[in-house]
Amino acid sequence: MRLLLGIALTLPLAAQVTHERILKSSTEPGNWLTYSGNYAGHRFSPLDQIHDRNVQNLKPVWVYQSGSLQKFETTPLVIDGVMYISEPPSHVTALDTRTGRPLWKYRRPMPDDVRVCCGQVNRGVAALGDLIYVGTIDAHLVALNAKTGAVIWDAVVANYKAGYSITVAPLAVKDKIVVGIAGGEYGVRGFLDAYDAKTGKRAWRFWTVPGPGEPGNDTWAGDSWKTGSAATWVTGAFDPDSNLIYWGTGNPGPDWNGDVRAGDNLYSDCLIAVDADSGKLRWHFQFTPHDIHDWDATEVPVLVDDEVRGKKRKLVLFPNRNAFYYVLDRITGEFLLGKPYAKQTWAKGLDDSGRPVRLPNTAPTLQGTPVWPAVAGANNWYSPTFSPRTGLLYVAVREAGSVYFIGEAEYVEGEQFNGGGFRSVPGEQEWGAVRAFAPATGELKWEHRLFSAPWAGLLSTAGNLIFGGTNEGQVYALQASTGKSLWRFQAGGAARSNPISYSTDGKQFIAMAMGNGLYVFALE
Amino acid sequence: MIWLAALLFVQHIDLRELPTVDKNPHTTPGDVALGQKLYLGRCAGCHGPAGDGGKGTNLAVSVLPRASTDLALYRVIRFGLPDTEMPAHNLTPREVWQISAFVRALGSAQSTTTSGDSHRGRELVRGKGGCLQCHVLDGEGGLMGPPLTDIGARRSPAFIRSKLLDPASDLSSQFHRPVQLKTRSGQKVSGIRINEDTWSIQVRDFSHNLHSFWKNELADFNVEERTLMPSYRDRLNSQELDDIASYLAGNRGAQ
Repeated sequence: MRLLLGIALTLPLAAQVTHERILKSSTEPGNWLTYSGNYAGHRFSPLDQIHDRNVQNLKPVWVYQSGSLQKFETTPLVIDGVMYISEPPSHVTALDTRTGRPLWKYRRPMPDDVRVCCGQVNRGVAALGDLIYVGTIDAHLVALNAKTGAVIWDAVVANYKAGYSITVAPLAVKDKIVVGIAGGEYGVRGFLDAYDAKTGKRAWRFWTVPGPGEPGNDTWAGDSWKTGSAATWVTGAFDPDSNLIYWGTGNPGPDWNGDVRAGDNLYSDCLIAVDADSGKLRWHFQFTPHDIHDWDATEVPVLVDDEVRGKKRKLVLFPNRNAFYYVLDRITGEFLLGKPYAKQTWAKGLDDSGRPVRLPNTAPTLQGTPVWPAVAGANNWYSPTFSPRTGLLYVAVREAGSVYFIGEAEYVEGEQFNGGGFRSVPGEQEWGAVRAFAPATGELKWEHRLFSAPWAGLLSTAGNLIFGGTNEGQVYALQASTGKSLWRFQAGGAARSNPISYSTDGKQFIAMAMGNGLYVFALE
Repeated sequence: MIWLAALLFVQHIDLRELPTVDKNPHTTPGDVALGQKLYLGRCAGCHGPAGDGGKGTNLAVSVLPRASTDLALYRVIRFGLPDTEMPAHNLTPREVWQISAFVRALGSAQSTTTSGDSHRGRELVRGKGGCLQCHVLDGEGGLMGPPLTDIGARRSPAFIRSKLLDPASDLSSQFHRPVQLKTRSGQKVSGIRINEDTWSIQVRDFSHNLHSFWKNELADFNVEERTLMPSYRDRLNSQELDDIASYLAGNRGAQ
């Protein structure tokens, strides 16, 4: 009892997470209230206690070991001294931010026959009111009491036996929880959902593959829309002024055999802008029409305001998996700029509307066709970061190609629906880089080369720092203005996650999942 | 009560789907062809159309370490591998067996036996071939090349023979390449790269000493686009190449 009382006294009284708090997240930099730190997808921390002149003194202060050997992709949330992480497959743990000691654990048993292409992973939780929300591998959305981990409601989002799963961190917007689904390798019909945060009742659904009679259905030959995929497995952004939610959509199904789905295959490989209240589509932009290389547009959209050709515009930045960097008007969806930011051999360029002009002989074949970028793309699900201090966008870029094969595609519910495959390009060594871009022009400002193509996102801070992680186990810090390498720590496991920063009792921390552990760093 | 019923139902399914035979009953050429069709639709996305790996493991090997028996292979395909990205597959038993048959065919295609004499191969490896100057086998040999103790578990005779002829093909898969480096204080080290990352490199020199450097301590370093392994094209005749390939493919480490 004394122990419990002690905890209660030392932990700050947790206030409710309101929509307004998330809107004004920059005014409480000690917390990390939503997946990207703010609604604009910036993954920027205004904290500057750790900066480019003292970062060399950064040391690990605690490590939390996950019990799973699956990839640990979580982005932690931090709310008033408590950290909330997801763990594979769909567990949630609340940790004391100073000591790393668990406060509660939610452990969800998983059926033996879940369908996942790429590991039973989870990228994080959402918070609203006094609840914590997690999507599950068996395609439920679960609300937990933030103080106890008790299940408050458990909503079935989709039937996992049909190939659906949830790996994405949900996004809390106003009074709703927005959640996407995975299953793009199983021929599911994709959608984006919103649920009433208090009750778990579904508020709206936007099908990312339109049905008969709906606009865009004619971009799918025959019945191919039924298995069109366009999954929604990476967290989007929200613009309160336009009341629009921006969300990327995944590959069309089957991945590499486009013969069975002639047409542009809307809304696969798109950025969609939907009304936050109704889920109605305001606009869409398709990066890779009729994709045959598995280049999901499931990257984090980054919202910034900047000048384009002398005029201040509300922009959304999108370094795409297909190796082109896009700048769109986020109110209208107008294409403003697109240019390669990594090696690509599939398109001559983009036309005036942003549509790619494909090069011949780049389609998957029975013998295999080498094409850049690789199937994993020049960018992937992990987060970019935008620093309002430097005014630059930072992306962990992958430089690699793949040999693409076409195969037969016969749909069976709940089974993989790929229609081909890929392998690495013989004789080629993949590599990576952190690249800093001027947002509106895509001009490269600097590059920090990485030994291998990364699988982890970036954090920028007001301390003129960029944090990231490598496949070889290092957490690292670069100088945000120059790209100079300032600090690193060997955590002993590959980075498959995104870093965050928070503060407790006036002390700034950096947190990042590495290998199967969550590492937290602070100045000595 | 509903939960209990659900649990029993799940267990019932599992028990029903466990094969009652140890050996694959569906291995006719027709089964292999149907297995290939299923494989190309369901498995090639990760394992590659030829089974030689991509995101998934290389299946075109003579021995699959986690599926050495037919029943083990069935279980891996049907139920997946815990703590890996290999998922369960909701296929009928016949389909699982047919895919198994195709996967085994991938491995046997790779393990096509040569006309080699492994006894002669053993002598050649230790004598004329000089292989143990660089490679370890059965506890003896050099340290500059990769150990050959379990080479047969990973590589077919045909692959080994092709590497004896053309060792420099696909250097990207050969991490242990020669490296020369010079520190800022003037120290020079030549050897084999044994590890590298963005900020550091580890080297075994030709006297077998281990070195590790931060790259910012180096004035220069160069990982060569070549391998130290010589081509045996002009050193061994065709029969001798077959003999060595046959012998090395029999070294499969601890079984």
